[in-house]
This record gives sequence, structure tokens and C-alpha cells, in this order.
Amino acid sequence: MTTDYPLLDVQGVTFSLQGRMLLAPVSLQLNAGERLLLTGPSGSGKSTLLKILATLLEPSGGQILFKNQNIASLKTEHYRQQVSYCFQTPQLFGDTVYDNLALPWHIRQQKPSRDKLVESLADVHLAADMLDKKIEQLSGGEKQRVGLLRNLQFLPQVLLLDEVTSALDEENKVIINALIDSLVREKHLAVIGISHDGQEIREAQQVLKLEAPEQGTTNEPA
Amino acid sequence: MSQHNITDSSLLLSLLLVVIALLISQKEKLGMSKDIIWSVCRAIIQLVIVGYVLKSIFDLNNDWLTVLMVLFICVNAALNARKRSLNISNGFVISFVAITTGTTLTLTILLLSGAIEFIPMQVIPISGMIAGNAMVAVGLCFSNLNQRFSDNRQKIQEMLSLGAPVKMASARFIRDSVRAAMIPTVDGAKTVGLVSLPGMMSGLIFAGIDPVKAIKYQIMVTFMLIGTASLSTIIAAYLAYRRLYTARAQLKF
Repeated sequence: MTTDYPLLDVQGVTFSLQGRMLLAPVSLQLNAGERLLLTGPSGSGKSTLLKILATLLEPSGGQILFKNQNIASLKTEHYRQQVSYCFQTPQLFGDTVYDNLALPWHIRQQKPSRDKLVESLADVHLAADMLDKKIEQLSGGEKQRVGLLRNLQFLPQVLLLDEVTSALDEENKVIINALIDSLVREKHLAVIGISHDGQEIREAQQVLKLEAPEQGTTNEPA
Repeated sequence: MSQHNITDSSLLLSLLLVVIALLISQKEKLGMSKDIIWSVCRAIIQLVIVGYVLKSIFDLNNDWLTVLMVLFICVNAALNARKRSLNISNGFVISFVAITTGTTLTLTILLLSGAIEFIPMQVIPISGMIAGNAMVAVGLCFSNLNQRFSDNRQKIQEMLSLGAPVKMASARFIRDSVRAAMIPTVDGAKTVGLVSLPGMMSGLIFAGIDPVKAIKYQIMVTFMLIGTASLSTIIAAYLAYRRLYTARAQLKF
């Protein structure tokens, strides 16, 4: 379905803390099925921007429209279920992988089906018996995949990825990128990610380079 | 009942114990001499004032004055508990509501059950014990909430980013904070009589009451301390956790 407004419309969003600007004004637009990569030097506010988009931080200026509605007027919990933020190093909850994958179901007051959870494990090349595995027995790559699956149990409309593949080996990187690519292509998931990986940046559909806020720059798509 | 009166001279002699503490502080260079002198002076002045105030209130035996004194105790307990509220705004109001509710409910049960009578001589000391215990528990609960929210910032944000309501994202940390705040009271109940003979029981035994009768009061005190600590900390925790978030469900600190 096409609309005459973007899925996510970021208009001059800034962030300052104790009088210090941490994010120079950013404007960007994102439609369903698009993938945008944020790059820029350390301290340019990439993670801050994603956290603002996820409503984990309140912007100091500007506004964000989601489906043409100012997100300040939307119910935060519902918005966060649609625009989901995945941390660089996800922290897992409870004892087992099951506890983590079941969490989004509990949040929506639904009972998870084990078959569905096992199915989702297969999406990131994890075996069915992984479901009952203790989280302390997982490798870094497995934890990252479980963390991502947690965000994808109910497919959001926008996925915000904060360098989720940065600490992973090539094999895990490929698995996660393949899943994201297929969701973008087939389910029209919109993705904003952060990456420093040269290859990922070259292959990206859209790239937005954020500048360090000290330079008084504005960040707008080229 | 045998009367036991401590004489002024024996009180003065017992001041030797403070002198010992001061000597140790000097010898070991603990730098606590000023603190010890200040705390002892405060204790003497506060207790002398309280002694005379209580004597007057007991003599007057006025219901309203008794209620006012209970409120005064609760206000002071809340002012003290607030000191641990740090990032929790409105710490005084939350502490006051939690401590006063816990104290009032416990007092009501004690009065209705006939365990104590509504006379200042019984209501005021019991209120002090209840509110004092609630104060420690609420203060501990605040410290724990602040600590746990600061230590688990990312975990909470991850829950929120999955669309969890703040209550769900905080539940585990509220539960842990309440549990940690209640541990001293529960542990105290476990060892009562084995490690120490608590104040109420010691006082009665000192006053010549049969120890078998004195334990009944101590059992009542144990019940009321556990009841108040749990009620006050639960109220404080649930009123306080929301203060750690903005209206848009974002962590404030």
C-alpha cells in the first residue's frame, strides 16, 4: 500500500544534555521496505538518534512523524512495538532462550506457541533444542541472534539496529544480514542501522553520514 | 512489680563507656571524636526533651494529642527515609504515605484486637517502634530501587523497547528492592531471643515482668514489625518506581 507520506519522517531532531549538543539537527525520511545506514564519527550521535527514534530518549528539538502522526501524541508502548530498537549487545532475560522469545508474547498478553518459537529460531540457523538452552551457555553470536529474534517475534514496521553485527564473526554477520534482507524484501520492513563496516556501507541502499555536533552542521540526506 | 531506678551518679559513671570510645578513637586516629561527642550530646538532649514531652502527654491523656504525637513520629520518620530517595522525586510524600499507612493499619489491628489500649502510654511507644522500623525499611527500599535501576538501565530499556509497560519493565527490580528492604526485619524475627533480647521484652523484664509474659509482647512486636515493614515498603516501592520514569515512559536517569 502506498501513501503520500513517509512511514517515518524525522524533521530537524536534535539532542542536548546539560547544555552540550550531542546530536546536530537530523532530518530523514524512511518508507516501508527501505534500509538506511547511519555512519559517522564516534560522538556524532548515531546511537542517540536511534534511541530518540525508539522514544527511549526525548529529543531536545525537532519532531518525528510516524505514519504522518507526531510520535509525541502516540501511545508510547504501541509505538515501540511498531518501531523496535535492538541494542548493540542485547542483555537476555530469565533463564533460557524460551524466556526471551516468549517475552514479547507476554508483553502482548498472548501465550506463545513453541512451534512458532522454534520456527523463528530456524530463521537465524539455530536448532530447535536451543529453545530450552540456558542463556549463560550461549555464545556471543547466539545471544545476538536471540536478542534480534526477540525484536522480531511480532514484526515491527521499523527496526532500529545499533551495530548489532559489529562484534560478530563473519558467519553470524551473514546469518543476521540475510534475515534482515529477506524481511526488508518480502515483508517490507523498514530498517535504520548503524555500521562502520565498509562493505555494508557500499552495499547499502541509502547512507546518512552524521557529523560531529561541534561543527554546527546539519544532517540531511544527500 | 519491682521498681528499678537508675540514679544520676550511676548514669554519670556509665558515661565512662563514652570516654572509652573517645580514647579508642584518639589512639587509633579514627577521627570520630567529634562525631561521638555530637551524637552523645544529641542523644542526651533529644531523650531529655522526649522524656518530659511524653510525661506531659501521658499526664494529659488526650486522644487528639496522642494522634498528633503519632503523626509527629511519622513525619520525622518520613523526613529521615527521604534522605535515601536520591533520584526519586517527592521522596517525603511517598515516605510519609507509606510509613503512615503502615503504622495506622498496624495500630488499628493492635487496638481492635485488644493487644493494646488507646492510651498515650501504649500507643506512642508502639507507634515509635512501628514507624522506626518502617522508616528503615522504606529508606532501604529507596536505596535499592535507585541502585537497581541504575545498574540495570539497559535491561529496563530493552524491555521498554519491546513495548513493555513501565510496570512490567520495573517489576523484577521492584520485587528485588522490596525483598532486600525486608531482609533485616525478617532476619531479626528469625533470631529474636537467640541473638538479642529485643527492646520491648528487655524493658518489661527490667521492669520486673515475668519473662513468660514479656515474650507475649515481643511476639506481638514481631508480628507488627513484619506487617508494617512489608506494607510500607510495598507502598513506597510502587509509589516511587514511577518517579524514575518520565511521563513518556523514559528512564529519567
